[in-house]
Amino acid sequence: MTTPTPSSPSGPSRLDPEPTPRRDFLGLASLWAAASTMLFAAIGMMRLPKAAVLSSPSKKYLVQLPDSLAPGEAFEPPGRAVVLFRDEDGVYAMSKVCTHLGCLIKKNGDGFDCPCHGSRFGIDGSVVKGPAPQPLAWHKVTRVGEAYMVDEGVAVPTGAKEQA
Amino acid sequence: MSDSPIKTSQSALGRFWRNLAGAPRAVWRAAFRSGAPTTDRTRSQFVFNNIFLHIHAVRTHRWSLRWTTTMGLGIAAAAAFLITVVTGILLMFYYKPYPEAAYDSVKDIHFVVPTGRFIRNLHRWAANVMVVTVILHMARAFYTAAYRRPREFNWLIGLGLFAVTLGLSFTGYLLPWDQLAYWAITIGANIAQSPREVTDALGITAYFDPGGFQRQLLLGSDVVGEEALIRFYLLHVMILPLALSTLLAVHIWRVRKDGGLTRPADADRRLGPPPGDVYPVFTDAPMKTYHLAAVVRGRSPAVGKGPENTVPSMPHLFYAELAALMVTVLVCLALAITWHAPLKEIANPDVPENPAKAPWYFLGLQELVSYSAFMGGVGLPAIVLLGLGLIPFLDREQEGTGEWFGGPGGKGLVARSAIFGLAVVLLVETVAIGFGWIREWYPEAPQLLITLLNPGTLIAAAYALYSMWLVHRYDSVRSGAMGLFTCFLCGFIVLTIIGTYFRGPNWTFYWSMADWPKH
Repeated sequence: MTTPTPSSPSGPSRLDPEPTPRRDFLGLASLWAAASTMLFAAIGMMRLPKAAVLSSPSKKYLVQLPDSLAPGEAFEPPGRAVVLFRDEDGVYAMSKVCTHLGCLIKKNGDGFDCPCHGSRFGIDGSVVKGPAPQPLAWHKVTRVGEAYMVDEGVAVPTGAKEQA
Repeated sequence: MSDSPIKTSQSALGRFWRNLAGAPRAVWRAAFRSGAPTTDRTRSQFVFNNIFLHIHAVRTHRWSLRWTTTMGLGIAAAAAFLITVVTGILLMFYYKPYPEAAYDSVKDIHFVVPTGRFIRNLHRWAANVMVVTVILHMARAFYTAAYRRPREFNWLIGLGLFAVTLGLSFTGYLLPWDQLAYWAITIGANIAQSPREVTDALGITAYFDPGGFQRQLLLGSDVVGEEALIRFYLLHVMILPLALSTLLAVHIWRVRKDGGLTRPADADRRLGPPPGDVYPVFTDAPMKTYHLAAVVRGRSPAVGKGPENTVPSMPHLFYAELAALMVTVLVCLALAITWHAPLKEIANPDVPENPAKAPWYFLGLQELVSYSAFMGGVGLPAIVLLGLGLIPFLDREQEGTGEWFGGPGGKGLVARSAIFGLAVVLLVETVAIGFGWIREWYPEAPQLLITLLNPGTLIAAAYALYSMWLVHRYDSVRSGAMGLFTCFLCGFIVLTIIGTYFRGPNWTFYWSMADWPKH
């Protein structure tokens, strides 16, 4: 607050605006130092919970299909959320994870049912019924000798099959 | 106590023995300085000399002590929280937050640890009682228009407490690491991811993926595994209880700072004169030589209207609260003795539970999620929370404050809104269950259309339109709010019942469990 004051020949008037006292400067400095420290600490702490490396299991693995696997018959390797088929055109792998809320689908007739919210998928993974927003994902399959390498990390378009 | 040493006839050794004998009494007096709360003065000191009790006012208005004012619901919720804290700490003696070990430790608690099963039952039931009482407490605050000025902020704190309460229940659900836990959390984590339903439909997930971020933050991994378990454990035993305790302290403190509980403007007249044994602080002819001056917030000058209708909080309020606490303990004990907390088979990531059901208070949402993950799990809950938060800032009216169903329309409006709310939710559910939804009719329909147009959004839209009509019809925001709140409450109840009792394997509708497909 500045008040117009008559200039006095005998030094500054006590009504003149005071220069910022040292005490105020120190107070403001500590306030801003604390505020910026809190801000950067908060940013740093928010950085921590998002892991740089995820502790997920490997997404690439080999699958040995049984010779007796008939066309249209599903092969579900245990411990993996994937289903494989072999027909005249080749071998293909589909994710068993429902695109709705992540439950595992189950083969039922000529399609798949999701037990959690009743989504139904066709044999090629297309959505037939229910709340699933996306068709089932197809994974890349590569022939390695007699076996097949499934890579869950690489998506391929529906209908892309690996020559048997 | 004098500065100069007191000359007594006793020797120092004699004083030593006398002081030692008097030490217990002296410690007691040092801790509780005001003596027995027998007079108005000592009763006040009893409250404001105690850091825990002085979260309440020294005196309480008689209206606040009426049974119908609160029905003790807030205290019951706090009491249930207290029970979960005590039992939760006891369970932590044995619980090990690591997959498999977690399941074994809960099994040990259930079958081996002395009183373990009972403590776990109590923990589980107190958590359920807490959810119920928090919802009822919110309904009480709403229907008595207790959110109005100057209590808007406390209403927001209350919403925060509601959210944290649900968060605590949800995080606790994973800890046993059984099938129930594993698949409920899988669903929950994917609900956190469900904004992808929209970003996928718009084709922008590669650039902007809040859903994937949320899921990863929650699980610390791509899958529900050890990282997810330790995160849920941390949230459940540390972060959320601290958040809840802090908010709870502010919540109760604000009740005092906002002038006690809401009461009607004419509460004093309706209560009549105070009973003979109530000693008023302010009187027309004070027997004191000084005056108490206070800056009083309110709409009218408080001159000459001293708080004659208040009574000392000790014992009137505290005994009532103690009674509410004991009733809550009794209810939790009865439930814990009657029903065991469930423990299913150990989590198996290869085989989902069928049906996989969330805790009951989320089954209404699960029903909505079975039409659209994003709308049911994120969109509509966010809209409801936002709407609840806005209520005190939209309803700036006076009529009916502190009255049950107060406001234009009153009880009749609430009854008609309940009928409307039930009719809409039952009609839409009947259509959806009987005839399917858009995907069954037009398999090629774009996902965005289903996200926007599904039973959940239809019900919410019908309620919103009805509420706007009420605002117009009664020329009152309060009427619209009462209608909307009632409708949503009815919708919540019906959807929860359908999700709990009428959904079987593959989330198919069954009239009874006997109709489930047989093996």
